[in-house]
Amino acid sequence: MYKKTNTDSVREEVRQYFKEGDYGIAIFAACLGISLALVGAVMLLILVKGFAHFMPNDLHSYEVRLSGSETTLKIAGEVAARERITHQVLIESGYTPAVKKDLYERILLKNGNRELGRDYRWILVDDILAKEQDPDLTLIERYSYGNFYGTPQSIKPINPATEELSISYEEGEGGEDADRGEWQAKLKSVLRYNKKIRKEMAKLQSKKIDKINYRLEKIRLETNRLKIRKEATAEKLQELEAKRTELYAMAQEAEEQLVLLDDQLNQHELHMLTADGTAVAINFSQIVRLYQSNQLGFGGRSKVYLARLAEFVSGKPRESNTEGGVFPAILGTVMMVLLMTIFVMPLGVITAFYLYIYAKQSFITRAIRIAVNNLAGVPSIVYGMFGLGFFVYTIGGSLDQLFYPEALPTPTFGSGGILWASLTLALLTLPVVIVSTEEGLTRIPRHLPEGSMALGATRFETLWRISLPIVSPSIMTGMILAIARATGEVAPLMLVGVVKLAPSLPLDGNFPFLHLDRKFMHLGFHIYDVGFQSPNVEAARPLIYATAALLLLVVLMLNSIAIIIRNRLRESYKNLS
Amino acid sequence: MNKKTISGRETGKSNSINNIEKPENNTLITAEGLYLYYDNNEEAALKNISMKIEKQKVTAFIGPSGCGKSSLLRCFNRMNELSSTCRLEGKIHIQDQDIYDPEVNIAELRRNVGMVFQKPNPFPKSIYENVAYGLRIQGEKDKDKINQIVKSSLKAAALWGEVKDRLNSTAINLSGGQQQRLVIARAIAVQPQVILLDEPASALDPISTLKIEELIHELKKQYTIVIVTHNMQQAARVSDYAAFLYLGKLVEFGKTNDIFTKPRKKMTEDYITGRYG
Repeated sequence: MYKKTNTDSVREEVRQYFKEGDYGIAIFAACLGISLALVGAVMLLILVKGFAHFMPNDLHSYEVRLSGSETTLKIAGEVAARERITHQVLIESGYTPAVKKDLYERILLKNGNRELGRDYRWILVDDILAKEQDPDLTLIERYSYGNFYGTPQSIKPINPATEELSISYEEGEGGEDADRGEWQAKLKSVLRYNKKIRKEMAKLQSKKIDKINYRLEKIRLETNRLKIRKEATAEKLQELEAKRTELYAMAQEAEEQLVLLDDQLNQHELHMLTADGTAVAINFSQIVRLYQSNQLGFGGRSKVYLARLAEFVSGKPRESNTEGGVFPAILGTVMMVLLMTIFVMPLGVITAFYLYIYAKQSFITRAIRIAVNNLAGVPSIVYGMFGLGFFVYTIGGSLDQLFYPEALPTPTFGSGGILWASLTLALLTLPVVIVSTEEGLTRIPRHLPEGSMALGATRFETLWRISLPIVSPSIMTGMILAIARATGEVAPLMLVGVVKLAPSLPLDGNFPFLHLDRKFMHLGFHIYDVGFQSPNVEAARPLIYATAALLLLVVLMLNSIAIIIRNRLRESYKNLS
Repeated sequence: MNKKTISGRETGKSNSINNIEKPENNTLITAEGLYLYYDNNEEAALKNISMKIEKQKVTAFIGPSGCGKSSLLRCFNRMNELSSTCRLEGKIHIQDQDIYDPEVNIAELRRNVGMVFQKPNPFPKSIYENVAYGLRIQGEKDKDKINQIVKSSLKAAALWGEVKDRLNSTAINLSGGQQQRLVIARAIAVQPQVILLDEPASALDPISTLKIEELIHELKKQYTIVIVTHNMQQAARVSDYAAFLYLGKLVEFGKTNDIFTKPRKKMTEDYITGRYG
């Protein structure tokens, strides 16, 4: 009797299909699939492009026909991009191809050697006469002028007075192996030595010179303060002057040490030959690392990969942010978000508690609630403007007048800084925290606070001991959303304290360690800056992806911590009826 | 009688009310001419209610839904005041203390008049912490004392045997009947004089209900109990006095035996025999 109706016609079957709503499930599944695919594609693109950048590529030397002439050019480097373009576009870009075709394939060759000319070149595949994967091709990453591509000739001492002999890369055809061993040993020893010296220099810089400068600045400000307050007795000034002289002496000593160390870096040169035969001498003090990727196996390449990745994550930026690392930006982002969390959580939670528990439910509270909800939709740049006008100029300016008059006209808190940036973002994320906390409060069964009150607890005791613990997972949800929003926000930060290159970190070894007035770097802004404000767009492009991947990872990490905490809390209250 | 016994945290001894000399007569709670309004424009939820509740007896409030029994119960520990628009006229005295005196400390009053709700409402804490809650609110720090009171309260609520091995596990995982006895233990732990039970067994299965009823028999040796119930048999089984309310009015109040066997009012008889309500 309850058997499925035997469908005898296709029409009936189709009718039945629609009646049961199975097509709905298909649509739902398709929507889910599309969403997942989009998110997945974004993540995949960013992660793959971002992290593949650090892998050493094959190096090639090419013989290329030049446009409209019979002369050829020898050039070496690595392929950075590949594309197809139409004849029309090619003509319009002022290039006359030798053969007429509809579509041309061309490669973007990163050929480095910026001191000699362009470091990126588009080359038509049709123009390539010869291509060779020369094992001797060497990539040198340098502190300035970018990469160098060429074949090594010899290592020579810079000072001709030394007895040291130069070591040549290839000495004749016969004794190649033996010489190569000596070459490798020399190269390694020089590089290792330089690394050691660099470490010492960095230590000297951070442990001594920075500290001395910081203290000198303090003394300068102290002197100014005394003068402003008219407390500058000759005695006090003399005391400060004495200190200053002492510090100057220390600074000079450190400076001399630095110069000595720097001299030790400049002991050897690497003589190289570019693909077209130009000889170039590179001072070893300029070399970050060098490798012959064509000779490297998977292990060797992985080693280089990890070294480059480590430099990216832990190093400082170089060459207007197109090279080096983004550590200051990572630190700035994480610190700004943590400070924001510290500001926004108590404020938001207390506001929500007041709105829900203490405030009389009236037209005004409803209006406030709607206003709070709408605040979440205000464009973030508006918050940035508010932060600049209110926090930076009004509050910061007044603070400077009151507490830091000695530094004026240089502003202390009167210009953007990490404190104002995190406060601005706290304001921006406040609605999220309020709304999710209030939502949690509405879900508390009424009989729980009543039970507490019936035992003689006051409203505050009930709030503190019963409601707050129960609502804590919702508070954490608010925190997760706030962190996610704040980490990704860039526009308001540009007005209240983010910079493309901060001279010092907001957290360092000088008392009081946390410098809230300092400007900071931020991964999101770094992406914008590197990608669109960079003098060398081609060189910067891979770094955009890498930085974006890092930003994603930072968001993921901060959120995971919050989610783990929330799940722990939820576990405690999961069976609450 | 000293006013501060109820009103004053300033006395420092929260349980002092139990130690004072008992008055001659056996009346503990007196209500006189109570009117309760939930909203200014609304009709009164309670109309002109006057009654005397005896010490260490069980008094049951019966009546159809919405007749005001729970509202009346909540007047005795001023729980009605949690809704801000609520207004009360008339007087309630507990041991000669006017509990609606503006000088009365509400927290102190509620400690003296414990309450158990219809739905078991253990806090999302451990069993131990649930029972210790009232003591912690009072600022009790002495661990031995808390341990001892938790144990004695759980024993008094006939729960000790079932939970003594898992005092630190969460109370949320107990069964409904256990939760309700835990809530009673929680109320006992602050050593009140009166325990208000608001339909304590209506959400429970028959066996748990029986346990609660047995518990009420035990508890009345020490505490004055006021119970609201929908269940006529339950009222007949557990109570010494019964009050029948209808539409906010007290229709009949007397010994349970009298109410159930020879009610004076026709309305009471109709209700008890199940003709309406």
